[in-house]
Amino acid sequence: MDLIEVMRYGFVQRAMIAGILIAAVSALLGMFLVLRRFSLIGDGLAHTTFGSVAVVLLIGVSPLYVTVAALPLVIISSLAIYKLTSSSKINADAAIGIVSSLGIAVGIILASLSGGFNVDLFSYLFGNILTVNNTELILAFIVFVVVTAVVVYFYDDLFALTFDQDLAYSMGVKTRRINIILFLLTAVAAVLAMKVAGIMLVSALLILPALTALQLSMSFRKTMAAAVGFAVGAVLCGIVMAFMLNLPAGAMIVLLNIFFLFVVFVAKKLSVPRR
Amino acid sequence: MPVIRVDDLTFRYNGIDVVSNISFAVEKGTYLGIVGPNGSGKSTLIKNILGILRPEQGRVELFGTPVGSFRQWGKIGYLPQRLSALNTHFPGTVEEIVQMGLTQKDAAALKRTLEMMAIGHLASRLIGELSYGEQQRAMLARALIRRPELLIFDEPTTALDPETREMFYSLTGEMSRQKGTTVILVTHDIGVIGQYAHNLLYLDKKVIFSGTFKDFCSSGDMAGIFGPSSQHIICHQHDRFGGDI
Repeated sequence: MDLIEVMRYGFVQRAMIAGILIAAVSALLGMFLVLRRFSLIGDGLAHTTFGSVAVVLLIGVSPLYVTVAALPLVIISSLAIYKLTSSSKINADAAIGIVSSLGIAVGIILASLSGGFNVDLFSYLFGNILTVNNTELILAFIVFVVVTAVVVYFYDDLFALTFDQDLAYSMGVKTRRINIILFLLTAVAAVLAMKVAGIMLVSALLILPALTALQLSMSFRKTMAAAVGFAVGAVLCGIVMAFMLNLPAGAMIVLLNIFFLFVVFVAKKLSVPRR
Repeated sequence: MPVIRVDDLTFRYNGIDVVSNISFAVEKGTYLGIVGPNGSGKSTLIKNILGILRPEQGRVELFGTPVGSFRQWGKIGYLPQRLSALNTHFPGTVEEIVQMGLTQKDAAALKRTLEMMAIGHLASRLIGELSYGEQQRAMLARALIRRPELLIFDEPTTALDPETREMFYSLTGEMSRQKGTTVILVTHDIGVIGQYAHNLLYLDKKVIFSGTFKDFCSSGDMAGIFGPSSQHIICHQHDRFGGDI
């Protein structure tokens, strides 16, 4: 089966478009999260997503709307992480750990109590971008537009906040408002990324493209553009390779992201003249 | 109207007073040195003044407005203490950092400020790639580029070489004297503040001394705090170079 033939399938086209949108959103948000040392928030929110999906399945929501229905609980969890970290008494990694373990524990208990939806629930652990439906595609498009608009409109504020929160505050940046927006969007991105890579690998989509781009030592805007480029490249190549090799797309996308990071890292090392 | 008014400010962390019952005012054009031992609450006081931390008790006014409703942040240039926590992978160039927060980018002001801090040649370099001293100079340039009416520096000269340190003190002293810029300087460099600052606030969780250098030098209590020789050095520097208040 050649590439042209693969691209004719409607579900492959949906997967490609949704994948590009979700990858771009994750990479953009990942830049701010990685630089602010919130890299593991993707893991935390993914685990919460597991609990949220369990709740949603337990109350009998149709599988078509699970992604949308899981959103409110993940958003609440994201804001809980923000609230815990902004209290200054709990570090970001500990706050993420608390919310993350709560999500997993709730998911496991509900799966055990229900006895009926274990297969559905555990399918979300590994994701499958080739099963993206129209509702999820529309949601991905809306989130892409919102995230891009927020990054463009609040670029200066996000830049200052990422550099130093106290300094940003003294410049008049409404740090609390921007933080809440960032955490809200990250929650939505984590739920969407679950569809691409599965709960187990959500954080990879948020962290890896930004990390790879940061190795290039460029200005902020160029680094953001490079992160989006790496993320989209990994999704496109990952879906095609997964389809042709009959392998899981999510894992393939993550492996390609790691491959890009490795290549850029080695190339950077080799380009630095030895003393 | 004072540029800063702090009235009966108390800030607690985990139920323990970090600073308590602090009151003072800073008039326009004043160069105020804030000194005190480690853990005396100097940086906490600055963060309360800027609204970054919220006090349990008391009130702060900036330019006559309560800090909670203050919006004219362009009037303030702030250099925080903990630049050492800077993420070395931060992908911002010196140019981007110095212009951070400016609504209108001004190429001429950027060039002038970078050259004043002797970092014009570093404009396109990433901030994380610079030495600590160069980073500090970039941060000073960022604080100065807007020509603010109030400058707040929290231990700005740490890690600066003597030449840059001297340039910093002389520049801020000149801004205070000639342009009426109000300067708040938190420092351990007590030998130097006598040379430039008009007023002194000695803090140790509460205000131990607040007033002019003239009062400070005539105060017998100060010899007990700094030791007779340090008091002598500070007052000698002030008599020799400062003393215009």
